[in-house]
Amino acid sequence: MVAANPMHGVAIVSAYNTPQARVLPEKSSLDVTVDAIRGALADAGIEPSAVDGINGNVGMGLQITAAHLNYLLGGNPAWIGTQRPGVPALLEAAAAIGAGLCETVVLAAGQTGRYAEREKTAPWTRPSNEFVECWGLYTAAEFALIARRHMHEYGTTPEQLAEVAATIRNHGHRNPQAVYSGRGPFTRSDILGSRMVADPYHLLDCAMTSEGGAAVVLTTVERAQELPGPPVYILGGAMERMGPSYVMAPVWGKYGYVGRRSARKAFAMAGLTPRDVDVCEFYDPFSFELIRQFEAFEFCGEGEGGPFVMDGRIHLDGQFPLCTNGGTMSFAHPGVAQMLQKVIAGTDQIRGRMGPVQVPDVEVAMCTNGGAAALFMEVLLLGRESAA
Amino acid sequence: MTSSGATVPLPRPSALSQPFWDACKRGELMVQRCDDCRTYVFIPQVACTRCFSPKLVWVPSSGRGTVYSFTIVHRPQQPAFPVPYVVAIVEMEEGWYTLTNIVGCDPEAVRIGLPVAVEFREMSDTITLPLFHPADAR
Repeated sequence: MVAANPMHGVAIVSAYNTPQARVLPEKSSLDVTVDAIRGALADAGIEPSAVDGINGNVGMGLQITAAHLNYLLGGNPAWIGTQRPGVPALLEAAAAIGAGLCETVVLAAGQTGRYAEREKTAPWTRPSNEFVECWGLYTAAEFALIARRHMHEYGTTPEQLAEVAATIRNHGHRNPQAVYSGRGPFTRSDILGSRMVADPYHLLDCAMTSEGGAAVVLTTVERAQELPGPPVYILGGAMERMGPSYVMAPVWGKYGYVGRRSARKAFAMAGLTPRDVDVCEFYDPFSFELIRQFEAFEFCGEGEGGPFVMDGRIHLDGQFPLCTNGGTMSFAHPGVAQMLQKVIAGTDQIRGRMGPVQVPDVEVAMCTNGGAAALFMEVLLLGRESAA
Repeated sequence: MTSSGATVPLPRPSALSQPFWDACKRGELMVQRCDDCRTYVFIPQVACTRCFSPKLVWVPSSGRGTVYSFTIVHRPQQPAFPVPYVVAIVEMEEGWYTLTNIVGCDPEAVRIGLPVAVEFREMSDTITLPLFHPADAR
């Protein structure tokens, strides 16, 4: 007999973004990460001394940054996470809290100053692998190889890709917190008319890059009742990794539906189906990736993702509002901190804190990290009501 | 790939991949195959990715395949790559897949399913890259 899922006894009690901008020349990656932690703890009503678990990533380096953050917080934390900040770090932390290894965990990430050589694509988009780099690949080309094959097999069109990009960018246009707030509105023609990057991806089909920090605080449902903000409950989640990112050829037939197993596991854990999802805070590096995720997560059938995203379904007032804050195309994309920002978007929607891009009465938010060409997909389901 | 080949990022072979690059330098395309289950394994690995057997041996490839997917790149990874260039996944006759460039034709002529054949381009004293051209082009 398996005990009730211990993650159902864990809640998000704070989710905080620092100001986001294309560049923040006065700030270091550590500055914005610490700003995010400070903001998140203040929002939660938690003193730094009450934190007993931490995980973080400063500027995407491989340095042991969580230990440094731990030191800044007074050296109290009893538990240090190891997963990347975002859905995987959150699931790891929730499992640790559920197991009693710690009670209150802060997750943080931030990045500035990493993209300096503008004649090249961003450094984190250029895999150094010997079987990738020499042929001029980078992430847009990797994801284009996935998209092109789907278009070939199912007849998915550039207009359907453009509908995704225009929708996400229009959400950012309406979001005063977005880096590209007020830059729209965008039509499909605007997307298709922007310069080509890696066919079928135009410039506006692609994520942008920006700088900033993000942090989330988790604790037990019991402790959450003593705190000022409304808790957001963890309903389900799962990780799925098929191999190293950006090393293998991104073959649609092998990796096209990465995320299906993690979605099924997350929905089973939550006792929900895709129809129960009120907002879709999916990873949006390139427009086709969203069409793919709707298919992988079984919101629609295989090959049906193109038509599925048309006719307003993914707009703020549609059945499945997508990337409601503007995502990495318009809200922000500070390196891996974007992974945590998907969790923050879902949390803010459930708490009703999204201002002009708030979707009414959000009960369930689905947040995802990863993508087909990256060979991994992590899924998180958040709820206004506890699953327990 | 480019006349300014010196600045294109070139592979830095590992002990595991050295046989592949040595073969390219000789004008041969080699791939690992599992001696137990006969699966072709690429990129080079220490174990078969189908049956986990350690018995991987280097065997020659026909050097022929078809375009599985492709993209015409207009914004280069870095300026050393002249645009436009075609990045592709080629499905080899033996059933393995490789990333590569399609050369020797108008980028607009590349199609999924296009038959292609390997050619070799010497980039440095130690690195020769395998690229692919339309199989009926030369």
